[in-house]
Amino acid sequence: MTETNGHTQANGHSYVGTRQIRPDGVDKVTGRARFGADYNLPGQLIGRVLRSPHPHARIVSIDTSKAEALPGVKAVVTREDFGDQPSEFVPAGEMMMNYKDVVRNVMAREKALYEGHPVAAVAATSVAIARRALKLIDVKYEVLPHVIDVVEAMRPGAPLLHDDLFTVGAEPKPDKPSNIAKRVEIKQGDVAAGFKKADVVIEREFKTAPVHQGYIEPHAALATVSEDGATELWTTTQGHFIVRAHCARLLGLDIGKVRVTATEIGGGFGGKTVVYLEPLAIALSRKAKRPVKMVMSREEVFKASGPTSGAVVRVKLGATKAGKFTAAFAELKYQAGAFQGSPVQPGVMCAYAPYDIENVHVIGYDVVSNRPKVAAYRAPGAPISEYAVESVVDEIAKKLDIDPIDLRMQNAAREGTKAAYGPKFGPIGLEETLNAIRKTEHWNAPLRKWQGRGVASGFWFNIGGETCVSLTVNEDGTISLMAGTPDIGGLRAALTSVAADELGVPYDKIRPIIGDTGSLGFNFLTGGSRSAFSGSMALVEAAKQIKADLCARACKLWEAKPDQVEFSGGHVKPLGALADKVKPMSVADFAKVAGKTGGPIGGVGRINAQGAGPSFGTHLVDLEVDPETGRATILRYTVAQDAGRALSPAYVEGQFQGGAVQGIGWALNEEYVYGADGKLQNAGFLDYRMPVASDVPMIDAILVEVANPKHPYGVRGVGETPIVPPLGAIANAMEAATGIRFTELPMSPPKVLKALKEKGLNKA
Amino acid sequence: MAKHHIEATVNGDAVEFLCETEETLLDVLRDTLNLTGSKEGCASGDCGACSVMLDGRLVCSCLVLGCEVGGRKIETIEGMAKGESLHPLQRRFLEAAALQCGICTPGFLVASKALLEKNPNPSEHEVRFWLAGNLCRCTGYDKIVTAVMDTAAAMRKG
Amino acid sequence: MRYEAPESLEGAVALLAGATGEARVLAGGTDLLVQMRADVVDPALIVDIKKIPETRAVTEEQGGWRIGAAVTGAELREHARLKKAWPGVVEAANLIGSTQVQGRATLGGNLCNGSPAADSVPALIAAGAVATLAGPKGKRNLPVEDVMLGPRTLALTKGEIVVSFLLPPRPPRSSDAYLRFIPRTEMDIAVVGAGVSLSLDGGGTITAARVSLGAVAPRVLLVPEAAQAIIGSRLDKAAQDRLEAAARAACRPIDDKRGTTEFRIDVAAVLARRTALIALDRARAN
Repeated sequence: MTETNGHTQANGHSYVGTRQIRPDGVDKVTGRARFGADYNLPGQLIGRVLRSPHPHARIVSIDTSKAEALPGVKAVVTREDFGDQPSEFVPAGEMMMNYKDVVRNVMAREKALYEGHPVAAVAATSVAIARRALKLIDVKYEVLPHVIDVVEAMRPGAPLLHDDLFTVGAEPKPDKPSNIAKRVEIKQGDVAAGFKKADVVIEREFKTAPVHQGYIEPHAALATVSEDGATELWTTTQGHFIVRAHCARLLGLDIGKVRVTATEIGGGFGGKTVVYLEPLAIALSRKAKRPVKMVMSREEVFKASGPTSGAVVRVKLGATKAGKFTAAFAELKYQAGAFQGSPVQPGVMCAYAPYDIENVHVIGYDVVSNRPKVAAYRAPGAPISEYAVESVVDEIAKKLDIDPIDLRMQNAAREGTKAAYGPKFGPIGLEETLNAIRKTEHWNAPLRKWQGRGVASGFWFNIGGETCVSLTVNEDGTISLMAGTPDIGGLRAALTSVAADELGVPYDKIRPIIGDTGSLGFNFLTGGSRSAFSGSMALVEAAKQIKADLCARACKLWEAKPDQVEFSGGHVKPLGALADKVKPMSVADFAKVAGKTGGPIGGVGRINAQGAGPSFGTHLVDLEVDPETGRATILRYTVAQDAGRALSPAYVEGQFQGGAVQGIGWALNEEYVYGADGKLQNAGFLDYRMPVASDVPMIDAILVEVANPKHPYGVRGVGETPIVPPLGAIANAMEAATGIRFTELPMSPPKVLKALKEKGLNKA
Repeated sequence: MAKHHIEATVNGDAVEFLCETEETLLDVLRDTLNLTGSKEGCASGDCGACSVMLDGRLVCSCLVLGCEVGGRKIETIEGMAKGESLHPLQRRFLEAAALQCGICTPGFLVASKALLEKNPNPSEHEVRFWLAGNLCRCTGYDKIVTAVMDTAAAMRKG
Repeated sequence: MRYEAPESLEGAVALLAGATGEARVLAGGTDLLVQMRADVVDPALIVDIKKIPETRAVTEEQGGWRIGAAVTGAELREHARLKKAWPGVVEAANLIGSTQVQGRATLGGNLCNGSPAADSVPALIAAGAVATLAGPKGKRNLPVEDVMLGPRTLALTKGEIVVSFLLPPRPPRSSDAYLRFIPRTEMDIAVVGAGVSLSLDGGGTITAARVSLGAVAPRVLLVPEAAQAIIGSRLDKAAQDRLEAAARAACRPIDDKRGTTEFRIDVAAVLARRTALIALDRARAN
């Protein structure tokens, strides 16, 4: 159920903006499509990882001799097989990572820093033998005290994970190492003065738990290394060029010798922008001289692949009685897991970004602890900080008796607003999304007792980045489109539509594939909501090249001058007097005479896409609480988000709906549960409770389109923003339903019932 | 311990395979019979990505042993389309964009087909509860549920 | 690992009684296979009982119903007359896991897995079900509430298996119900489970009742005090309050990742009341 706003209907032969069938769809509905674990090579070995049972321990010794002697075991690797890496920060999706940490996360060196940390890996002729081999590896650990809570980890005297970690950004520079890797800060204006001007100031502290991206497909990799070092790798990843770079670096290989194919990917949400199994599979294959296939179990996914941070966030917001925000402060403590690199920086940047506030001060701390290393999760960092901010905004609206949408409108960032984190916004759609929500029947629908309605806004800045897309015209006029960013949610439909409209070729005559790293120039990974934005931009460049080429060929054929021809509507058209002499030629017409007119026809767009526009969204949710049990049921949910221009509206709606439901899970039920022993208690889908179909209603999606002027079609990335508003919207709805402000997520039934009981409200 | 020698029917074809006692039907389908359409998401019966029909009953193939299926009839996603004709559910999932990454799609299709064969006129509530054992992380379920109900309506029209 | 699928009770009993290593019965496999994959159990012998006719039949017996231990939840749901007589038992069996799990899960397996949070057990206990066991010394009967002694601890001796359950004859104006509390709407292990079975006289007064609570103690509880609280009443507010108090008093739950002690006690009381009200409504309609 959707409403659209703006120019989303096809007219004439336009495919952009229509609900096309995705070209990769038939294979996906028939089971033919091959995901990471669906690839096999003859003679392959099965690889398995031995993982630390301790959350924190020095690895004293590793004896693999018995495992190596077991018949059927062809290779064993440990820290000895990976050269150390000097400290060097490189981008990892929208976060940064350090190679010194990466090599240690892939295979523990001095210490095991979380339960599940790899300490060895084997490759054997069967699963059963591999499992037996792991049991034969003798690791001597010196167990150390562990720390898993972010506030505990920040205390002086807390168990220290890294003795060479000195807080960057702290003044004065610390002389002792700690678990605080970094302190970041943004400042604008004078918050002290701003709070003095406020008539109401609300200060609250919020707590969130780590949550996992929850992709249904576990990590999988298949590697084969030849005797000359040439390496082929199939892996389920959001960025095969990045995987190539990491593996080449960690294993000392030439990048050109490593060819990585991105298999179809069964979900990533940021969690597959890093390497886990790939370097292990390559190292094992190199040793065994046979292909090695490795697949994580679900338990391994939870224990050893990055969730997002748990955090403690303090927010202080001041407003005049008329509702103008005068000052905004926040302090964010995000835990990074075993190695530095939580998304605290984007959390800091996004916290107040939807609002035009003169005085802003946000501080963030990146804190390590004995948990798996955090990885990006859809708008990393932002859902946490915006949950806190949107909750306080809601409180201010109630305190001032101002409608929550009016309050946001009054303070909304607009075109020209300078965000506290730096840039000035171009045209943006926050107000349009607020208005769209206000106009819905949902906004005005009546509510009963124990039902509550909440609204919240959020945004993500989105990125562009290096992108390479190729278009080839085949001899029969069909088009081969090769993109280099894995398709995680319908990208091929969007790109095919753009190619169809650019070249005037029917949609079903274009075959898109995701090329391997040997077939295209560098592509940054699928993340940052960039693949449709950047891919279509690069595609337009490739199409431009083809159009120019066809015009040149036409000039040769027609003995014409460049100003006598132009490309439009899928044809090179003769202009003026020439039009009486020759007929227009389509792309297919040129294809037939390609050889005679100069050779194969094609174009490659190679860009570093700039001009990504932020996407703002506003979510509206109704829920009902059972006061006798604390269980909340989501009754109704509406998303309004600015897509700039929806190349593929059905898939844009899908992003809105999927992100909203992830947010529902995060708000109500999902969390990592640790025992005092530092071990994860819910490493499976039974007790890590993600929403099932019966937990949620239909998610109404309203497509707002405020064109991004920096993109040829006006596109904005849409994938990440949808997970940013739900936490605040649902917390606000809970407050409306119960009168209680929940400052800790998830708002699971035991917590809710306890709070209701304390107020004597736990009766129907 | 020697392997079990099993004869069964998969998607209408007679098959024969060897398996260890501890191998699940999912392991056999994927690794021995090369039918990789059924997926392993959890190996504990919590995600439904491995859904198949066993003697006409919807089950998780990760919860069935390979050596249990001697003489029995198994239907997987690979048998859902008939030649070049997609099943109406498959077609509707494509038209309605009821998939994003597609990893859960085979499980949902097998489970939805089982539902419509039992109940050709399910309500939204019934569809959601029948499919509660199929996890999807990408779509938020909206378009999947709509596709199943639309297909049910279309199939009732005949 | 050996796999055997005997076609008779004697065959199954002989295999289990004679097993030298760890042996496990396989019915639906929805617990066993998960535990094997998680390395919690590594049996040397698996005995599949699904080929034994007595474990797969649903028959009327002496006015009651005999349900084979290896009949699946999905099959129970399709049995219209059983469902009419014992809606609580059938709905409990069909809350286990998902549609896929219900296609395999059995009452016998659910009981013998030994989890006090098992969904079908409170309903069976409330129904007054009696388990028939077969072992090397022959057959014996045991009320279901006496089969599970604690987590993973059963009253079965070596070589014994559960063959079937006998549900007693139903007087008119009787019915049962099962409710559980889970944080989502499906797929979770019960944080609290409540089964109530009751009978009414012509005037609508409760003349007989059984109340069972799951997931609030090391075993599934039969709570006679809770039944006493409502027998002789029409389940008015005072009776409901007594029922809740009795439910609370019977609980000795743990704190774990699924619920706190306090939460379980509070919710046990609420569920006992709600379940009794549903059973009452159903009984009135009968």
